[in-house]
Amino acid sequence: MSAVFEQIFQVGFLAAIIRIATPLAFATLGEMFSERAGVLNLGIEGTMLLSAMTGFTAASLSGSLWLGVLAAVLTGMLMGALHALFTVVLGLSQHVCGIGVTLFSSGLAYFLYRLIFGQQSVPPNIKGFQTLPIPVLSDIPVLGPAVFNQFALVYMAILAIPLAAFVLYRTPWGLSVRMVGENPRAADSAGVSVIATRFQAVVLGGALMGLAGAFLSMAQFNAFTFGVVSGRGWVAIALVVFGRWDPWRSAGAALLFAFVDALQLRMQASGLGHIPYEAFLMLPFIFTIVAMAVMSRNAVAPSALLKPFRREER
Amino acid sequence: MFRLEVRTSTPAWFNLALPLLAIGATLVLCSGLIALAGAGVLEAYGVMFTASLGDSYAITETMVRAAPMIFTGLAVAVAFRAKFWNIGAEGQLLAGAVASCFVGAIPMPGPLAMVLMAMAGAAAGAAVALVPATLRVKFKVDDVVSSLLLNSVIYYALMALIEGPWKDSFSGYPISPPIEDSANFPVLLEGTRLHLGVVVALLTAPLIWFLIVRTTLGFRIRVTGENPEAARYGGINVERVLISTALLSGTLAGLAGVGEVGGVHFQVMSDISPGYGYSGIVVAMLARLNPLGVVPAAIFLAAVMTGAEAMSRATGVPAFLSDVIQGTALLAMLVALLFTAYRIRRVGAAR
Repeated sequence: MSAVFEQIFQVGFLAAIIRIATPLAFATLGEMFSERAGVLNLGIEGTMLLSAMTGFTAASLSGSLWLGVLAAVLTGMLMGALHALFTVVLGLSQHVCGIGVTLFSSGLAYFLYRLIFGQQSVPPNIKGFQTLPIPVLSDIPVLGPAVFNQFALVYMAILAIPLAAFVLYRTPWGLSVRMVGENPRAADSAGVSVIATRFQAVVLGGALMGLAGAFLSMAQFNAFTFGVVSGRGWVAIALVVFGRWDPWRSAGAALLFAFVDALQLRMQASGLGHIPYEAFLMLPFIFTIVAMAVMSRNAVAPSALLKPFRREER
Repeated sequence: MFRLEVRTSTPAWFNLALPLLAIGATLVLCSGLIALAGAGVLEAYGVMFTASLGDSYAITETMVRAAPMIFTGLAVAVAFRAKFWNIGAEGQLLAGAVASCFVGAIPMPGPLAMVLMAMAGAAAGAAVALVPATLRVKFKVDDVVSSLLLNSVIYYALMALIEGPWKDSFSGYPISPPIEDSANFPVLLEGTRLHLGVVVALLTAPLIWFLIVRTTLGFRIRVTGENPEAARYGGINVERVLISTALLSGTLAGLAGVGEVGGVHFQVMSDISPGYGYSGIVVAMLARLNPLGVVPAAIFLAAVMTGAEAMSRATGVPAFLSDVIQGTALLAMLVALLFTAYRIRRVGAAR
């Protein structure tokens, strides 16, 4: 047991957890905003992939990583707007549209990447984000090098969590988001535009998914490969449920998953594990399904999730 | 002036016109990508057509690819009819593949092996589909998310198998041992890959159509989907119907995996399905959830996939165009379905 504890409190291990958690935190917060407004976005997996591709391409062609991040965010917003156009404006079924957006944007990502970079035996890479130690804070023992000697995007993710909570719980727009997700009819009576609010929330969610994609191709892997997202979007869907649609809990869920993921990577590397690593990767999905069954007694999901809103229909 | 009106009924020719409209719109939209790649649009689509449907060999290749999508398309169509939102056909397919591979590796007479493989695969698919249905009926858990998340669980279980106990100890590749030669599905046309499973898929579609349209269970499935309150009022046990639907849907998706193991790959690997479960959603929507429509819809997608590789070799347009076409077709079909809910009516300019 003590050997395990030593592993856990290694600085490198803590830093790895934070790095694994970062794209999940972005993606989870993005999905959370969308779902709080009543729109399930299954387009997340493809949106992240397309953003990772456009971000990588923009960075690779322009030489500017931040231009890449901008491209990824704009891509995420565009795919969010596409999903919102179908599900919010036209009121089409959210799950089928989401699968459509994922199929479309993954296909487009592969297509454009192959068109721009051709078929190469070694995938092209870029010099990705470098760690940016924060003066003074990074000198704190253990915590300093683990948390405050990270990529700029990691700091953005850490700041995004309280910011998301503030926006959702303390601003008029956040109140509108929660209203249109819980009771769109009442929100409409109170003069809140259900369509506009939902549209904005899905687009904001897309922007955050874009940041998740940007982190994967420009900080974590420094390349775009077909497996760059490999199910992280679906993990985010699970983490939102597990985090009960709350920014703090969702981010906590992302951190917990990152811990499990980092642990399995360590065990694999050390040849210590007799348990197949896939068992760890399965855990968040199984936990979430069980959690959904347990939580269903006290409904916490946004009441209007999956329900399109049409003013004239009662 | 034009006005949107709510439609109360749709004419029968819509069932054919809407998918054709969606496919037409898709091909027009995707021609932009072909042009972007610097190729002739008509030439690219021409090669795609010739390579997938132009001669008898090409047709058999397309049919081999269509078979798993006929099964997953039927699985989704049946489930969606009852408004059981099964997004998990992918996982059910993988479970079916693994189970049939287990059985196929046991030495026994060929025909017996094939029947047992089909039964094992069907049972495995049904068992996986039972999870989201039970959770919904017993705990009111949203079936969209639970069935989607199960796909990942099954995928990692498959990976654990082929990277663990099933791993090829000689080559070290993460692939399962092959099934017995005698368990390989017979090839129907010499020199092609057209196997028995393709015919089974083609025969299953009218069978499911009959079940949905002409039997009591089919009636219950439709009523449960269209109006669960009315179904309950009419004495239908909606929960039981949902469970039956899930078992049927999972069975069909599981059989998709059986066909891939018995007729195409003869073993299990990580990429045994290039997303056939998700393609099933596209197929079912294009077919307007009609089991008979599933066959042409699956053949269309299969032709696009088969033709895309030849198109890529001939014109240099990346073969990933087929993935874009698939996604665009689904979105276009959803938009086209708006015509079933609304009609555009011309109204007098002066009121």
